Amino acid sequence: MKPPPFDYARPESLEEALDLLARHGDEAKLLAGGQSLMAMLNFRLLAPAILVDINRLDRLAGIEEGDGRLSIGALTRHHALETSDLVAERLPVLHAAMGHVAHLAIRNRGTVGGSLAHADPAAELPAMMCLLDATLRVAGPAGTREISVHDFFTGALETALGDDEILLGIDLPSLPPGTAWGFEEFSRRAGDFALAGVAVLVEPTGAVRLALLGVDETPVRARAAEAELARGALSDAAVGQAVEALRAEISPLDDLHAGADYRRHLAGVLTTRALAAARARLA
Amino acid sequence: MSGRHTITVTVNGRAYTREVAPRLLLADFLREELGLTGTHVGCEHGICGACTVLIDGDSARSCLTLAVQCDGAEVGTIEGLGRVADLGRLQQAFREHHALQCGFCTAGMLITVTDLLAKYPLASEADIREGLSGNLCRCTGYENIVRAVQDLVAAREADPA
Ligand SMILES: Cc1cc2nc3c(=O)[nH]c(=O)nc-3n(C[C@H](O)[C@H](O)[C@H](O)COP(=O)(O)OP(=O)(O)OC[C@H]3O[C@@H](n4cnc5c(N)ncnc54)[C@H](O)[C@@H]3O)c2cc1C
Ligand code: FES
Ligand code: FES
Repeated sequence: MKPPPFDYARPESLEEALDLLARHGDEAKLLAGGQSLMAMLNFRLLAPAILVDINRLDRLAGIEEGDGRLSIGALTRHHALETSDLVAERLPVLHAAMGHVAHLAIRNRGTVGGSLAHADPAAELPAMMCLLDATLRVAGPAGTREISVHDFFTGALETALGDDEILLGIDLPSLPPGTAWGFEEFSRRAGDFALAGVAVLVEPTGAVRLALLGVDETPVRARAAEAELARGALSDAAVGQAVEALRAEISPLDDLHAGADYRRHLAGVLTTRALAAARARLA
Repeated sequence: MSGRHTITVTVNGRAYTREVAPRLLLADFLREELGLTGTHVGCEHGICGACTVLIDGDSARSCLTLAVQCDGAEVGTIEGLGRVADLGRLQQAFREHHALQCGFCTAGMLITVTDLLAKYPLASEADIREGLSGNLCRCTGYENIVRAVQDLVAAREADPA
């Protein structure tokens, strides 16, 4: 279908954009890459009075290394992240995940901020942020604030962002040297949203991080499974126990793409594979 | 800000100035305002790839882009790749390999292949298939499209220009 009528503004500055949001409240919608929003408008699932196009806010795009962290601007396109040498070198797990996000034409336009604000539980970036303990920087009428990713995703397509706020970017703390990783996902066709996906990090201290996508209303950090793995030093027995723990920790959705039981099964299989890949990288 | 916007968009090298409603999709701008009906419209939600065009050199879905967003942009469509009497390189490869039947997907395929060839090594058949996965074809079974792209990759290696 065609989208319903709306007004359109393309602010040249962040202040102008915030001002438009303050004036129009929940009648306004930010437009970034448009790769989720435009589809929802064409389906007429939304009918905002005005679209505030933030594509002119160039300063919100870019990837930078700062002390002990990598900062990624909200307007950074998926394709820029996918092809960033800095990301490939510092956070190979994120680089691997980006290869699974949609198709080139979508990656050319879609943005990091749009993906996080849209909060699709099957999207890669939200789960990667949970894995990497990201901090989100947000601007609003009262100034800027920081939100831990672990407080950000509040439900399927729901976040802690206010209607009058703009996500500026994210900060990702550096990983200890020698951290091993694994990423596995399953989708029916390359570039489709995954039925389930798993990312793991194994730090040299033995600490394990495990994040999943597509298996609950939000991305999940599987804390119980992480504890099993750390306690059992990634032994085969520990992996088995972690998979048990993980299957109990998640509540997958039943939808037309897959049943909840199948997703729960898949989460375990993919976790086992991702851990095997991480173990191989440790050796 | 409200009401219609005057935009100037360069399409295949020619500048067009038009007044548009904000909700007008780029696909409909090209087809209905400019009469460039080579760009096709299938699903209108980003899935089928039929409407894929180049925006400032990068492939993008014209059903997920507003015409008003393209003020000042350079858009490339199938009409810019060649003419019936003078087919472009990609079109020629598709023709030689019978990489189209009804032709509904072809414009989007060719634009996608233009961008894939510019950005990726496409070293294996699997890479080519993954690159094409965002463009649906209901006729060919993809085999001949993959062959055509394999030829184009080989030609690119022989002559990088
Ligand atoms: C065919 C297809 C396949 C896809 N497959 C995948 C996939 O496999 N994996 C995946 O992860 N994604 C996939 N996507 C989604 C894609 O990654 C989107 O680009 C992304 O989810 C949204 O980013 P965007 O920049 O396009 O946001 P938009 O569509 O512009 O906006 C999405 C939402 O975020 C809000 N928003 C945007 N930017 C900000 C900001 N800076 N601050 C606050 N709010 C903001 C908007 O108001 C809107 O509500 C797919 C999309 C399509 C069409
Ligand atoms: S019509 Fe645009 S992707 Fe199908
Ligand atoms: S040739 Fe008919 S859809 Fe591709």
